[in-house]
Amino acid sequence: MRMDGKFKEHAIETVLLSTSAVTVVILFLICIFLFGEGAALFNEISFFDFLSGKFWYPTSEPPQFGLLPLFLGTLIVTVGAICISVPLGVASAIFISEIASAKVAGMLKPFIEILAGVPSVVYGFFGLVVIIPNLQKLLNLPTGQTALAGSIMLGIMALPTIISISEDAISAVPSFIKEGSLALGATRWQTIHRVTVPAALSGISAAVMLGIGRAIGETMTVMMVTGNTAIIPGFPDGFLAPVRTMTATIALEMGEVPQGSDHYHALFVIGAMLFVITLLINLIAESIKRRYMFKVGS
Amino acid sequence: MTVKFEEGIETEIEVRDLNLWYSDNHALKNISIEIPEKCITAFIGPSGCGKSTFIRCLNRMNDLITNCRTEGKVLVKGENIYEKEVDVVNLRKRVGMVFQKPNPFPMSIYENIAYGPRIHGERNKKKLDQIVEETLRSAALWDEVSDRLNSPALDLSGGQQQRLCIARTLAVKPEIILLDEPCSALDPISTSKIEDLMMKLKNNYTIVIVTHNMQQAARVSDYTAYFLLGELIEFGTARQIFEMPREKSTEDYITGRFG
Amino acid sequence: MWLKPTTTEKIAFAFLTIAITTVVAFVFLILYYITANGIGAISIDFLTNVPLKRMTEGGIYPAIIGTLLLITGSMVVALPLGILAAIYLNEYAREGKLTWTIQMAISNLAGTPSVVFGLFGLALFVKYMGFGPSILSASLTLALLVLPIIIRASEEALATVPKGFREASLALGVTKWQTIRKVVLPIALPGIVTGAIISVGRVAGETAPILLTGAAFFLPRLPDSVSDQFMALPYHLFVLATSGTNIAKTRPIQYGTALVLLLIVLGLNLIAVAIRRHYRKKMKW
Ligand SMILES: Nc1ncnc2c1ncn2[C@@H]1O[C@H](COP(=O)(O)OP(=O)(O)OP(=O)(O)O)[C@@H](O)[C@H]1O
Ligand SMILES: [Mg+2]
Repeated sequence: MRMDGKFKEHAIETVLLSTSAVTVVILFLICIFLFGEGAALFNEISFFDFLSGKFWYPTSEPPQFGLLPLFLGTLIVTVGAICISVPLGVASAIFISEIASAKVAGMLKPFIEILAGVPSVVYGFFGLVVIIPNLQKLLNLPTGQTALAGSIMLGIMALPTIISISEDAISAVPSFIKEGSLALGATRWQTIHRVTVPAALSGISAAVMLGIGRAIGETMTVMMVTGNTAIIPGFPDGFLAPVRTMTATIALEMGEVPQGSDHYHALFVIGAMLFVITLLINLIAESIKRRYMFKVGS
Repeated sequence: MTVKFEEGIETEIEVRDLNLWYSDNHALKNISIEIPEKCITAFIGPSGCGKSTFIRCLNRMNDLITNCRTEGKVLVKGENIYEKEVDVVNLRKRVGMVFQKPNPFPMSIYENIAYGPRIHGERNKKKLDQIVEETLRSAALWDEVSDRLNSPALDLSGGQQQRLCIARTLAVKPEIILLDEPCSALDPISTSKIEDLMMKLKNNYTIVIVTHNMQQAARVSDYTAYFLLGELIEFGTARQIFEMPREKSTEDYITGRFG
Repeated sequence: MWLKPTTTEKIAFAFLTIAITTVVAFVFLILYYITANGIGAISIDFLTNVPLKRMTEGGIYPAIIGTLLLITGSMVVALPLGILAAIYLNEYAREGKLTWTIQMAISNLAGTPSVVFGLFGLALFVKYMGFGPSILSASLTLALLVLPIIIRASEEALATVPKGFREASLALGVTKWQTIRKVVLPIALPGIVTGAIISVGRVAGETAPILLTGAAFFLPRLPDSVSDQFMALPYHLFVLATSGTNIAKTRPIQYGTALVLLLIVLGLNLIAVAIRRHYRKKMKW
């Protein structure tokens, strides 16, 4: 029996729909498995104790699972990274889209792509052999494996995200708007910082959010350069001391934990927290991006 | 090309042997013209003949186009604006421009007007308020927007946006206003409002307008220049151009026989 | 007190120039550093030998093969899935809650940290489905990780195909699916391939997910089945650089490994860029 053409087309559409629905299923499964594997921890300790615990001694007797040092470790490294990559990234994006000629911009963009392409373990290795010894010498530290080293590396790694998305946003500002400003006798810079950048601000903010997401989620690089000491970092002197991030903790300890132990569950809880944090950041970035860029107002 | 202006009218802009190329495209050929002060001068001509290119020469907006090269002189009040030491930023302050498509900034109405004075150093809030009100009044927009100065300019209608752009130009106190097809995106009512506005403004400003609308050129302009394929074919009083054009091609164009 | 606007402009532009120069300089620095130090370590032996003497000598052959297996495994799964999903989203999906949900899922997956994918792979593939720490588990995990990249790139490629082509074909009485297969996909192919190549680079460089799903610390032989453990270049580099037997002595091997990894990933990116440039020039409508 020949398949009815209309029926066939319909069947194809259904198959295609289900392939794209796979993404939703995956996201859903990630939630289930992460929360599922993590939940058992809270038979032993309360969620609040976990969140506010100041000590992460998973192998001591009795073990202590306090998220705070890890969370603050992630926080301090990320804050440092953002301080480096936002000014550098936004300035580079402005340069590429507003100052460089088309030819120069075309030459610069591959560099940004290279920056995005380098694997994180290579960044980590570079940090290990170049940044760390130099930091140690330069700042006269007992060890170069510090939060600062992590911030520097993550700052660089967040650059491509920030540059390419900001650049898209800035180039999307129509040229007639810029001409309007120049025709009033504004300099190019006045036009950039009073008209173009404000008009692109929602896109730039989204770029920064995604850059933050990238920094928080990065694992190998921080693990290789931050020293991984799970103590609550001071501020701002914590930058010059070793720290341990949430991601590094998972990667470092998962290999050694017995499956089904509290420690194992605790690592899944950290993963779930990371998932929720980056999910929130993404949702914020999406909602900023969706706001029509010219509704910025004053 | 020179025309005898009416008694007491001086030359505001004098263009001498202006040539312009986009890469190899010779877009303006040996243009020479004198534009009178405190009058409306209209540029007409078929699409692609170089009207926009020419009007953009008058405040050096073409500098922004990378492969664009200019030769010749443009004297504004006797001073050649293509001299090396000329401050382009200051030139554009003196020679304002309104574009075909209304292009208000994505800011409030107030901020749009205050933008120009601010970048030129005005920081006094009272003074800015005053400028905003004055210019909106002279652009015949005040009554329509005075109660919502802080709402986004992009919420205005197209015609209102265009008048806002004119007001924005007035706010930097230019001597000359260039308008490149300011009404082509507007409905007839908005168009006639802008025409009225131009008639009013010509008492204080030298106005140059590009238009595709023959009636508009005939209605508002005092002097009219006809361009064809990058050349200035004919320049004269509006009455002369529209009633007894000297050139055959001018006549064909204004009578719609152009093809 | 207030600087002249043109002076401010000069200062501002100087800062912007410094910023971009810093970024570019850094790229040069890292490329130069790894290349200059790694080039000496690379030889035929290095590429074709197994690690010897507790990884202080010998080559990286099993790691290269492991990485190639991961690439193959993950692409077999992610490519068809990603391209079909992109076809649905660009050609069939109507605006609505469902499409919105799918789009949000994709962008959230794209933002999910790779270590979280690793945990997920560990829980789902290694444990729940019983694949154990293996090439299979790691490949599937990496497939999920690059799925959003492939979907996004393919969607973008499909979106650049002018509407007129579809209409012209449909007007000839050709069905929608045939139109997509015969007209739309061939035109979008370079863009799709570009996305695929970039995701291959991503698979080759990812460490955290495979660390949790089956990469072996040391396995001086090739895996004998998909359910065997494996070595992979990025993890091998990590191991050598942080927990090897004699870290200082094996630096040359580390540089060599880093260079090989970098060459693979950047080489892939370069190919992708070349394809994109080539077709962008050729196809102008
Ligand atoms: N930015 C540019 N780059 C290259 N060529 C250009 C550019 N702008 C205009 N041209 C060319 O210069 C010539 C004159 O164009 P211009 O825009 O000045 O015409 P116009 O008289 O204003 O036409 P219209 O009435 O359609 O606005 C045309 O041949 C056009 O293709
Ligand atoms: Mg024009």
